[in-house]
Amino acid sequence: MSDFNNRRTILKGSAGIAAAATIGTGSAIFSPFAQAQSMTFKPEKGAKLRVLRWSRFVQGDIDAYMLNVKKFTEMTGVEVRVDNEGWEDVRPKAAVAANTGAGPDIILSTNDDANLYPDKLLDVTDLAEYLGKKYGGWYPAVQQYLRPDGKKWLGLGLGAAGSMIVYRQSQVKAAGFDTFPKDTAGFLKLHQALKEKGTPAGYALGNATGDSLWTNWLIWSHGGKLVDKNNKVVIDSPETQKALEYGKELYATFIPGTLSWLDPNNNKAFLDSQISVTNNGISIYYAAKNSTDPKVKELAADINHASFPIGPAGVPTESHLFFNQMIFKYTKYPQAAKEFLRFMMEREQFDNWLIGAGGYIAQPLAAYESCPIWTSDPKNTPYRDSVKNMRPSGYDGKLGYASAGAGADFIVTNMVAEAISGAKTPKEAMERAQKRAERYYKV
Amino acid sequence: MLPATVLLLLFLTYPLGLGTWLGFTDAKIGRAGEWIGLENFSYLITDSVTQLALFNTLFYTIVASVVKFGLGLWLAVLLNKRLPFQSFFRAVVLLPWIVPTALSAIAFWWIFDAQFSIISWVLMKLGLIDTYIDFLGSPWNARISTIIANVWRGIPFVAISLLAGLQTISPSYYEASSIDGATPWQQFRFITLPLLTPIIAVVMTFSVLFTFTDFQLIYVLTRGGPLNSTHLMATLAFQRAISGGALAEGAAIATLMVPFLLAAIMFSYFGLQRRAWQQGGDK
Repeated sequence: MSDFNNRRTILKGSAGIAAAATIGTGSAIFSPFAQAQSMTFKPEKGAKLRVLRWSRFVQGDIDAYMLNVKKFTEMTGVEVRVDNEGWEDVRPKAAVAANTGAGPDIILSTNDDANLYPDKLLDVTDLAEYLGKKYGGWYPAVQQYLRPDGKKWLGLGLGAAGSMIVYRQSQVKAAGFDTFPKDTAGFLKLHQALKEKGTPAGYALGNATGDSLWTNWLIWSHGGKLVDKNNKVVIDSPETQKALEYGKELYATFIPGTLSWLDPNNNKAFLDSQISVTNNGISIYYAAKNSTDPKVKELAADINHASFPIGPAGVPTESHLFFNQMIFKYTKYPQAAKEFLRFMMEREQFDNWLIGAGGYIAQPLAAYESCPIWTSDPKNTPYRDSVKNMRPSGYDGKLGYASAGAGADFIVTNMVAEAISGAKTPKEAMERAQKRAERYYKV
Repeated sequence: MLPATVLLLLFLTYPLGLGTWLGFTDAKIGRAGEWIGLENFSYLITDSVTQLALFNTLFYTIVASVVKFGLGLWLAVLLNKRLPFQSFFRAVVLLPWIVPTALSAIAFWWIFDAQFSIISWVLMKLGLIDTYIDFLGSPWNARISTIIANVWRGIPFVAISLLAGLQTISPSYYEASSIDGATPWQQFRFITLPLLTPIIAVVMTFSVLFTFTDFQLIYVLTRGGPLNSTHLMATLAFQRAISGGALAEGAAIATLMVPFLLAAIMFSYFGLQRRAWQQGGDK
């Protein structure tokens, strides 16, 4: 099967190169052999690159990433400086870079940042098409994020940190469930049972960039959405109302304090056995497996993962923290920057990076579904399809300035938090969210 | 004079002017804006989150400044007395001021954690509470918790500045008043307080300015949550302008802070006038 996949990939790669050649790849340099399976960009003489990326949540991610960077420098002679910032801080830095026209050449940022300043980013259509054709295609959500007009690629997808259910098998079983519920009705029953058993769940309701994404799922699973296909704000709807009423029942089962939870809170509470279920990347499991504390290490055997259940909408409605790679137009070394991204996305490097990150990041290209990290431990498998199944945060509209702003302003998160905690009625919370979102979407 | 003027224009006037101008445009991150007059301001006045942020900012500033002043003055009076290990205690008082804000905010984040708070843990062990206190998870608890963190951080500035003021008061006033039979309270009321007033005016002005424009503490502790209940004008301006890309709207929020800051500066100005008068000046 693997051989077959490789052959298929090569064939697709060849087709991709041929197609790229016909549309004109401009600066791409092809060697006769390379035409079969690769594309390279010739770095400018004396090129140096500065890359700003989000700080690792799992150590293996940055270790593997830096090994690839080192390999790139050895091969090309291009020096690469990698700076790390908390992902909350990358967005403002990227925004300032876009506005001032100075800063890192490449920025690895979150969600729809590329849609905030599309005119400031280098067109990477040739590279994206080459990679897409070589590696089984970009998943639909990646295209929605980074090719908003269906033509020009603003950047490359890097993947997503899956926001999946993390649960204690023993505690879920003790609450009367042999497997994790697959629908919202069962999900609520499980949470009520867990609370009765004194092993409650907890989900972030503060202004947490990654872990508050579950609130998108809550709304989408009941058929609600911030905007329709025409970017008309429709959050104040009967579907949203139903979602918020369901959320109220769910919130009643949570451990106290979730209104203040930011991204690290649920990790800490879970690893301290204060909660039995939450949503997270694979970092909780990774931390348990690699802990030097025997008590925490023991926890790893009891941890398992699942997808968020399907609600009345009848389809999966997953929301994950998406990562993108943007090259800014002001870079003095566009060829080197493109070559860097190409190199990092090629199978030899990308597979190693996915493995190093221990499943924390799910791939944006279909061919990497076969990366051994997803099957070497069955508990990793649910994270594999995070990007494949995700909906972009601006669902169901077109991504752009408005969707990025609405996401960064935590409109949905705050609406959910207000309504399900009882601080406002669902109607009041929806009206406020509607008004605020309309402000962004009037553009 | 010329270098000073250039510096002032370049680094003070220009950024302030640019920020104010942006507030009257529809600029977005990465996109130059067009003049839209008062549209941002008229929206913000009706925006419930901005109204809440203004309330939070005023509440935060007034309560924190009053508490910082009270505790700072008390500490200053205490440190002005002859104490054993006086230098050591004065150095200790400065500690919260020395620690980087982000670092102290992280410490408070742990202290106020819903599940791991040391305060809750101690109170539980003492049998005084049954469940952990939700410091940052309910709006009023969160407001008060952030104020406590701000007070802890701001006291050294007030205390040390007032201590410097206290040391300029000649001991002869106290000696003379003792001979006249004045009580310690009367000495404080009629000697210390009037002579300290000019420095109080300056210290309080700066304290109010620092508190009103606080950002880091809130950003690390709550990011404006829960339910926007700890959003200050500064954090909301940042969230909308930089994270959200609504540069003009963020600038407008920041511009809305200016009248309040001007009021604080005027307070300082009149305080300094009083000082000039006390020192035999014309005014």
